[in-house]
Amino acid sequence: MRGIDVEVAPGEVFGFLGPNGAGKSSTMRMIACVSPRSEGTLQVLGMDPGVDGPRIRARIGVVPQQDNLDAELTVRQNLEIYGRYFGLSRAHVRAKAVELLEFAQLTERADDAVEPLSGGMKRRLTIARALVNDPELLLLDEPTTGLDPQARHLLWERLYRLKREGVTQIITTHYMDEAEQLCDRLVVMDGGVIVAEGSPAGLIERYSTREVLELRFTPESAPTAADLAHLAERVEQLPDRLLLYAADGEHVHREVARAGHRPLTALVRRSSLEDVFLRLTGRSLAE
Amino acid sequence: MGFGALIDGTGRAAEATGGVDYLVWLAPALLAVSAVQSAAFESTYPVLSGFKWQRIYHAMTAGPLSPEQVALGHLSWTVAKMGVSGAVFVGVVAAFGGVAGPGIALSLLAATLTGAAVAALVMAFAATVENEGAAFNGLFRFVVIPMTLFSGTFFPVDRLPGWVQPVTWISPLWHGTELARDAALAVWRPLPVLGHLAYLAVLLALGLVLVQRSYRRRLAR
Repeated sequence: MRGIDVEVAPGEVFGFLGPNGAGKSSTMRMIACVSPRSEGTLQVLGMDPGVDGPRIRARIGVVPQQDNLDAELTVRQNLEIYGRYFGLSRAHVRAKAVELLEFAQLTERADDAVEPLSGGMKRRLTIARALVNDPELLLLDEPTTGLDPQARHLLWERLYRLKREGVTQIITTHYMDEAEQLCDRLVVMDGGVIVAEGSPAGLIERYSTREVLELRFTPESAPTAADLAHLAERVEQLPDRLLLYAADGEHVHREVARAGHRPLTALVRRSSLEDVFLRLTGRSLAE
Repeated sequence: MGFGALIDGTGRAAEATGGVDYLVWLAPALLAVSAVQSAAFESTYPVLSGFKWQRIYHAMTAGPLSPEQVALGHLSWTVAKMGVSGAVFVGVVAAFGGVAGPGIALSLLAATLTGAAVAALVMAFAATVENEGAAFNGLFRFVVIPMTLFSGTFFPVDRLPGWVQPVTWISPLWHGTELARDAALAVWRPLPVLGHLAYLAVLLALGLVLVQRSYRRRLAR
């Protein structure tokens, strides 16, 4: 990592976006006071992870990329025993577990083993476990990777609830819709450096246009990007499509037709964070 | 115990055990062997699982626990389990008349100390293993099993060829077996006892240093 200069305010939901291998997880491990950093300064909750690691870790919650629940314990025991690692009393963790089971919608499965749970349930339990110490800061490393849409939306709703309760959250993701849903502010990372920073809406405004017109042609009738360049702010040629970035997609669509081009299909959509992301980090595979 | 009956049946056991009933002679050594075997088992696959399969160590160190504390916690649990299963074993052997006196309680302590030393060293090694591969199989086949066969458990080491005997001295199990057997048979030989204790204590201390170091290296990177 080089020059990852960010500041996250209390109560804020902050995102690290980037392709695989961009350095998101490594950054998260340093913030979580697990990996040492070779240089630079880092303050978490006003303390230095190099000095006060255990004290910081006692006040944060960590949701790792891979679930690491204890398969030898039941759902409830996973919460209670994890709470005990924080030095919380038996009575406290017992009551807290009931509350968290409710939060994660796992009350009916409380005394089941962890193994037969679905991926979404395990993920919810991992998040619930990270809340056992009422953390002031929650670190979520790709919280919804591998979940079905229902499970993702339920998780987003729970994370939004935590935000309303004032829990600061730092999220890594490569799902742009997730970042748009959850983050107040985010940075896009690539190759260990920050390439852009802002709110989701601000980034779209800065790096993309309001709308995108996607055109598909037959190979014989396809115009080149240069043919259409004067019609839009930016034209991007993909193997199968032409993307025209403009404030008013319908207007550009009419102009394209007036210029005599006959696309097979045309789609006007709002610009998304995904357009920003692809523009900044490129379309080729990172690895 | 069947083994003992066979040997006793030939009348040759008494000659090797110094006149002691074979079961009484064997029981404290089996205590040490089972401690070492469960130490080796509890310190291999469960350790790799903590780092790699279930990754519960990573969950623990995400909280205020340090890698060193996780290492010591796992080791303490292994030692506690050895102590409890050893106590049950003593109860069973006593029911079959294999316990000569209260010294067996010291045998249990000696066996547990031996197991603790082995567990700490094996954990330190297991924490450096990235993939299951053949590492643990090799450990069991080429270290643990030979150690159980040639540490004076089933027969006195003086029955081995002379050149093999010094090899048994490096085996922690031999030291543990000597301690456990002397305690069970109420034999008091101060110098050898001190020597065995010192050897095991040094191994345990070394194991404690190494296991904490290897857990830190694996978890804080």
